[in-house]
Amino acid sequence: MSAVVTTAEGGTPADQGREPRDASRRLAGRLARGLRRVPGSVGASIAVLSAVVVLVAISPLLESAATAQDLLLGTTPAGTPGHPFGTDDLGRDVLWLSLAGARSAVLGPVAIALGSMIFGIVAGMIAGYLGGFWDTVISRSTDLVLAMPPILMAIVVGGIVGGGYWVTVAVLVVLFAPSDIRMIRSAVLQARNQPYVEATQVLGLPTWRVMSRHLLPNVMPVVLTNVFLNVAFAIVAMSSLSYLGLGVSPGAADWGRQLADGRSLLYLNPAASVVPGLLIIVVATSTNLVGDWLADRLGVRSVA
Amino acid sequence: MVRFVLRRTAGTVVLLLGLSFIVFALLYLAPGDLTKNLLGNRRVSPEAIAAVREQYHLDDPFLLQYGRWLLATLQGDLGVSIRSGAGVGSMLVDRGGLTMALTLIAFALAVGLGVPLGVLAARRRNSAVDRGIVGAALVGVSAPSFAVGLLLLYAFAVMLGWFPLYGVGEGVLDRLWHLALPAAALAIGLGALVIKMTRTAVLAELEQDYVTFARARGLNGRTVSRLYLTNAAIPIVTSAGLMLAFLFGGTILVEVTFALPGIGSLLSESITFKDVPVVQAVTLLVALVIAGTSLLVDLAYLLLDPRVRRTGVGA
Repeated sequence: MSAVVTTAEGGTPADQGREPRDASRRLAGRLARGLRRVPGSVGASIAVLSAVVVLVAISPLLESAATAQDLLLGTTPAGTPGHPFGTDDLGRDVLWLSLAGARSAVLGPVAIALGSMIFGIVAGMIAGYLGGFWDTVISRSTDLVLAMPPILMAIVVGGIVGGGYWVTVAVLVVLFAPSDIRMIRSAVLQARNQPYVEATQVLGLPTWRVMSRHLLPNVMPVVLTNVFLNVAFAIVAMSSLSYLGLGVSPGAADWGRQLADGRSLLYLNPAASVVPGLLIIVVATSTNLVGDWLADRLGVRSVA
Repeated sequence: MVRFVLRRTAGTVVLLLGLSFIVFALLYLAPGDLTKNLLGNRRVSPEAIAAVREQYHLDDPFLLQYGRWLLATLQGDLGVSIRSGAGVGSMLVDRGGLTMALTLIAFALAVGLGVPLGVLAARRRNSAVDRGIVGAALVGVSAPSFAVGLLLLYAFAVMLGWFPLYGVGEGVLDRLWHLALPAAALAIGLGALVIKMTRTAVLAELEQDYVTFARARGLNGRTVSRLYLTNAAIPIVTSAGLMLAFLFGGTILVEVTFALPGIGSLLSESITFKDVPVVQAVTLLVALVIAGTSLLVDLAYLLLDPRVRRTGVGA
């Protein structure tokens, strides 16, 4: 769904033959070393994402301020006393509404990325390592889904299945999984010909053990990088759906929804749509930036 | 080579059949009662319901319904819209022109700006210019088209008043003027993608030995760049299907944002009203265009690259 990612080296020679625990420790070490020399843009992105996490954590506290309506007040422009970004057509404060919207904007996307990661690991490893019949079945099914524009499929399937926020999340997990499956499959295909895998086979380790203890840690950089890129893309997908009125209830604090409602207020209070619009762009860009940086640090090459 | 062409074409047909099945099954399984959508919430006699079920063959087995629908679709009969009663085929023709114009302008903008910028970034790798272009591309890839559209509307239509707020305009020039902002909103995402792809492709070519060799032989810069740019063009051209997919996803949101009566907004309205025949037709149409483009591009690739002609694309 997002970029196709492959490992640059498939693990350095030092990796091979070592215990998998070392591989994960090395992964952590590489990340920790990287954190010391973070470029400014990545630092800023991490700050943005941290702020979003805090907002999601305290979102129950924001709820009442965000959804308090003042129908008599109606739409007011930015700079109204008590409302720095004005109010929307229901008289709700744009600033509070936007802050509370962080929850709906990122919680689902994180769930989507993690869900499709699990699908990707299971199906991708089966297809890549076992090959044969299962590979054909899995690969052909992913081809089918990947032939269509993801946003369009999300809109069609999400709209037809209907249901609430979490049903939409489930639909998107199914739509996001194929690209994860395909990517992890190709990472496994590269890794399976390495000597360390042959060694485990010679030793007669059971297949599940080879996959979970030896292959998985070595495709982890690809998986981890992709989670970030998927979160970024899921933020765009979820907000696109809610912009069209799918997956969120009317009146919920949600950036896509705010944009849709604010469209008719462009003259009365442009901030009602500009603020959530900028927030979506900034949060999605930050997530992508961190994902790209991770890919760089972990030696995962992204091929557009 | 003939075998490859046949296999690739057959693969596309199978893919389209699979997609048509999924689309049909999905809408068949969709929650909600079709008779209710058709008759509304009026009180209706059981006979009327039975007549409607009869007319739409709702009591037939699933596979029979699918077969009948597929056969009709292949014969060019796309059915009748539940919402408006108009033929779906004529609706698509009515709305298609605008979407085609919009996507073509956006495509031209994205490729026309994206490719030169991508090449520039690759040539000045790690310079400030490169970082600026890559950063801008990252924002462009991340920003949803509707958010970009609304920001453009606010900046250029409301604040500056250079462009109209909505509508399609009359006459060619007026229409272009009306489509400028929506096309720009649509083009930004794709353009960013094109920049990333071009930069990656050119960088990969610049690392090749033949470039070093050509330079070492003292060929002038223009000749060398023609060499590697031709090669870098291959992965970009072959992703035309992917680019179209990107545009079709975005056009729904852009058409809704700018209130343009195109196929995207038709799809959005039809989903809201559960207008099943229209949703099926539009989804299949998009699948057909994308799969057809990918097929054509692959075949064109075959004609252009003698190496591939001999061995076949590793598809």
